[in-house]
Amino acid sequence: MTTLLQSCLFLLVLSNFFLLGTRRVPGMTRLTALQGLLLAALLVSLEHALLAGAVLLIKGALLPGMLWRTQKRLPADALVCPARRVGLGVLAGMAGLVFSIWLDGKLVMPLGLFPPLLLPTGLATLFCGLILIVGRIKAITQVIGYLVAENGIFLLGAPLMTTGTVWFELALLLDVFVAVFVMGIAINHISDSFASIDVARFRSLRD
Amino acid sequence: MNANLAVYLTQFALALVLAPLLPGIINRVKAKYAGRHGKPVLQTYYDIAKLLRKGEVISRTSTWTFAAAPSIALAGTLCALALLPLGGAASPLAFAGDFVLAAYLLGMGRFAVMLGALDTGSAFEGMGASREATFSALAEPVFFLALMVLTSLCLGLGHSADTAFSLSTLFSGQTAGAWLTGRGELLLLPVIFFMLLLVENCRIPVDDPNTHLELTMIHEVMVLDHSGPNLAMILYGGALKLWFFAALIAGLLTPALPLWQQMGLRVGIVLLLAVVVGIVESVMARLRMERVPYLLGAAGAMGTLALILTQAR
Repeated sequence: MTTLLQSCLFLLVLSNFFLLGTRRVPGMTRLTALQGLLLAALLVSLEHALLAGAVLLIKGALLPGMLWRTQKRLPADALVCPARRVGLGVLAGMAGLVFSIWLDGKLVMPLGLFPPLLLPTGLATLFCGLILIVGRIKAITQVIGYLVAENGIFLLGAPLMTTGTVWFELALLLDVFVAVFVMGIAINHISDSFASIDVARFRSLRD
Repeated sequence: MNANLAVYLTQFALALVLAPLLPGIINRVKAKYAGRHGKPVLQTYYDIAKLLRKGEVISRTSTWTFAAAPSIALAGTLCALALLPLGGAASPLAFAGDFVLAAYLLGMGRFAVMLGALDTGSAFEGMGASREATFSALAEPVFFLALMVLTSLCLGLGHSADTAFSLSTLFSGQTAGAWLTGRGELLLLPVIFFMLLLVENCRIPVDDPNTHLELTMIHEVMVLDHSGPNLAMILYGGALKLWFFAALIAGLLTPALPLWQQMGLRVGIVLLLAVVVGIVESVMARLRMERVPYLLGAAGAMGTLALILTQAR
């Protein structure tokens, strides 16, 4: 179980860096689905099988499915991000990972609460989501960034769960579900009204 | 000690004999992918034998640098290969820090070939030398980064500082054992070394060894003026370098088995890597020249990630 947990955590960190390094939205959507799958496997290794099923369904299938549907409707040029910010994003992700590991050493936690490397992985995933939100200029990648940041928060919450708080976590998942739903509608409206979902072009709204 | 030396010498001789097989396997796999029968697998041996019998044409504008470059490159690669263990038996030449020597022996060979290319006075060869210098300068930090990860792993596993900095210890099989304890970051190392193999040996997606279009060549353009025995040395040196990098990956993938099993497994992995290179060359187009640094940047990012995660444990 420890090996499964550690492998999942490593793959999660790796998928974060692939998310930061990839320019194409379809690839990012697949990686989001992969992260959902990894979170489900991680919950299995932490012996929360019921929640793992729910996570697999929502984070592994439903949310990536919605993203996939949204991106199908977008024009092809909206699905590739500019290359100039990608390298900087990866470097920022590295800095985030180093900071998370440093913070993991500094924070005083009850002994045995967090399995090794879970806290830095959660924090790094959170930072990765924030970098995606700040660094990318397409609206759909910002939704993906929001999802990744939520994955990080979920990961930090995972060891704190007891049977009573499962409902709290499910409610959190529902929140995300609604948020993505709203964002999906917003993107559709934006693309209907402005013929572009590139936030760099939104400056023209100022007049 | 004598038994160790005998095994090591056998393995070294095996590497010297089998190395020209690798380009043959790559070409055969590419031909099969394209639906052709292809050249014989032993074609590189025939080419080398033919070239050794031929005379040589040397331009009047070139100096001794041009004539000496292939020998220096071959000697550098041979010495680097001698430092590498090829399966269980440590190299008798091993010392602390020998990986730096191995990297710069390869670098010296490349430098000699670049000087030889510049010495011909041809604009095209100068262009090839410039490209080779750029890409190898980018590949070198990645190589050392990957070795740094291995060194910190060895130090973490309890090797002393005297042994942890030698290729014979770094590639003696503990990496494959460490994966099974959930150290997934070590799985990045074979990927990084495979990317380095493609870059350093001028394979697709970085350079196309079959192209003879001047504007796209990197390595091939540098050796256009060589002929006869000197070209044979360059061909053989290229095959040995391919074996060197493939043996690095094999050293990472092989667990610490009994001596002969380990050696057999390593040779098997090296030959399998040639097949993988052939498949990569068949299914990928070469990258545009300006995209190659991104590939090396990705390898560097993976190396940094592996280093951070190794240090975090």
